Amino acid sequence: MKDRILQMGLAMVILIAMVSAVAAAGTVLSVQVRESALRSSPSFLGSVVGKVTYGNQVILREEKNPWKKVSFLSGKITGWIHESALTTKKIVLVAGKTAVETGASSDELAIAGKGFNAEVEEEFKKKNKEVDFTWVDKMEKITVSPKEISRFLKKGQVVAKGGSK
Amino acid sequence: MKGTSRREFIVNLGKWAFAGCIMTPGLAFLSGCADSLGQVATNLLDPTRIDSLKKTYATVTKSFKDITPEQEYYIGRTIGAVILQKYKPYPNERANRYINLIGQSVAQASDLPETYGGYHFLIQDSEEINALAAPGGLVFITKGILRCCRSEDAVAAVLAHEVGHVQYRHGLQAIKKSRITSAATALGIEGAKTFGSDDLADLTSTFEDSISDITKTLINSGYSRSFERQADRAAVTIMKRVGYDPQALVDMLMVMKKRLKPGGLDFARTHPSPQSRIDALQKVTGSYRKVRVPAVRQKRFQRYLALV
Repeated sequence: MKDRILQMGLAMVILIAMVSAVAAAGTVLSVQVRESALRSSPSFLGSVVGKVTYGNQVILREEKNPWKKVSFLSGKITGWIHESALTTKKIVLVAGKTAVETGASSDELAIAGKGFNAEVEEEFKKKNKEVDFTWVDKMEKITVSPKEISRFLKKGQVVAKGGSK
Repeated sequence: MKGTSRREFIVNLGKWAFAGCIMTPGLAFLSGCADSLGQVATNLLDPTRIDSLKKTYATVTKSFKDITPEQEYYIGRTIGAVILQKYKPYPNERANRYINLIGQSVAQASDLPETYGGYHFLIQDSEEINALAAPGGLVFITKGILRCCRSEDAVAAVLAHEVGHVQYRHGLQAIKKSRITSAATALGIEGAKTFGSDDLADLTSTFEDSISDITKTLINSGYSRSFERQADRAAVTIMKRVGYDPQALVDMLMVMKKRLKPGGLDFARTHPSPQSRIDALQKVTGSYRKVRVPAVRQKRFQRYLALV
């Protein structure tokens, strides 16, 4: 019984080690949003040191949950990015290289432009002419920068207790 | 076969055999397919390749989590367009900018600040009390629900609740599992440029069905109580992180409770009663106390609210 508990404990330790190894320094991650930025500090207010776009690959250097310090593969630029912009999956941008050919599972790989995409949206529009996308396009153009947000919160005396995330 | 090597052609053949299998619901069928593909392909592909094929397609059909942020973005755009059919936009630039400043503040403090196309917020010209979020971060708020807000903090609460739905991908979970399975066949399709017209037609009807699953839930039946509670809790967390008073959510619900018509067509039908939400929230926020907002913030809130 004791041995069993010991074994289970050991298995747990190994499991935890494996899980944390997944995101260890040196791991290659991909940008899963259309565009984002690498910043000088782990905050949206950090100054932008580099831009990243969909499918770009970066190397993990350091973590401060939920922020990750990463470098371009070239190693030239290093900066912080929120974890929600990244995936451990490799994003394949070029048609022709499929999951099958690389032997990767869908856990490891995503193909850009697969499935529901701009082409499907166009087809949907043709079939559903009454659905108007004008204001969807317009609202997507409404953007405010992290600096504007910061100024807005400051002016309204919106202050996080214990500092902002 | 122009531009395609024999090997690629064989791989594609395998993929299409598999795509056909996945269209058939049920895991038993799927594994049956894997076997028959194995037989068909034995002469064409080496064993490791067959294994990778099996592995790929066995993992394809897991869940909504397999929908990439990019696909979620396209689903969200169409959901947004459908929501805008129900309520027209309220095109006041200054008021919308104010809503976007509050909305982005809360979105940044959520656990999902980055989505493929980012968060965007829009006021809708309706006196109905409602707020809706499309997957990926398009958030809609009616004039009616804005009138239930007595402070900027309450507006932040409504928007943070919607961001909570986006963060937990509640919209995508309304898509029936069978559709995700057939959408997953798209993995066998390499990319936009290689869609054949039949594939595109198939994919578009899966897309339409998925859209209808989500809009039925969003507009007609509403999310489950547990999803609503999750979104309320996310709102409280987010508001604390930004520095807005979480009690403002309770305050807004108290106003809403007075204004909602029982058996009404809007929010009342798609959400748990405000009182039950208040009761659940107070377990997190403690008993209600009046929301105190700095004068400068209250002043700008009144100035912008006068625009709607």
